[in-house]
Amino acid sequence: MKTVELLRESFEIQGRNFDKAGEVSGEIKVLLRDLGINPASLRRLVIVAFEAEMNVVMYALRGTMTLILTDHDVRLEITDEGPGIPDIELALQEGYSTASDEMREMGFGFGMGLPNMKKNSDEFRIVSDVGKGTSVFAKIGLNTNG
Amino acid sequence: MKLSEIRDLLQCEVLTGENDLFLDVQQVVASDGMSEILAFAKSKELMITGLTNIQSIRTADIAGVSAVIYCRGKRPDKKVVEFARQKRIPVLVTKMVMFDICGILYNQGLKGVS
Repeated sequence: MKTVELLRESFEIQGRNFDKAGEVSGEIKVLLRDLGINPASLRRLVIVAFEAEMNVVMYALRGTMTLILTDHDVRLEITDEGPGIPDIELALQEGYSTASDEMREMGFGFGMGLPNMKKNSDEFRIVSDVGKGTSVFAKIGLNTNG
Repeated sequence: MKLSEIRDLLQCEVLTGENDLFLDVQQVVASDGMSEILAFAKSKELMITGLTNIQSIRTADIAGVSAVIYCRGKRPDKKVVEFARQKRIPVLVTKMVMFDICGILYNQGLKGVS
């Protein structure tokens, strides 16, 4: 079955800018809500977007989040320039965290971000190059529940 | 339970959302960890937290909670309250600590999300 791309938009994320952290996800939420995509899919997507955005802000120098809407699903591609993740399997374990006290004071870094992202995605991939950066891909169907 | 009843029980001050206190809540998420709120909130819950920065309201917005109560007398700054007002999320503050708040609300029949 052929997938038709309906919308593609990229957003820049500034590393270490905690004041703006979450703005991109907020914009994406409004954009998709105005397009009328189903609330369950929207909710899952914005949780993935927000956790991903926080990770870029907390760990990376900068990053880009690309939103792709097709006639079957919504996708997010997040790439950053940052330290990378040496052991992705370990990073995906709930409770594992490398966060600093500063990050925890922001309310993040309790080892739930990546598991939350994976749980809310129908397809989820991470590729990381230590010392260079990380790329995350998430796909969420438009007819999913929960 | 209506937000207005919760305000009275917890002796809250309302910082924004005075006109939305008729909202009814049945479930509660309580944490200072925003990922925990995001992991458990299914929407329309009451969120209780001691974290008063802008991310607390962003999390509330993304998670779709009904209202936010800041515990142990912590107050968000004006920018945070204004952001909550824009997002139409009522914000209340109480001097009570999180443990007591949860106990009082649980006694009233409200439940957590699991």
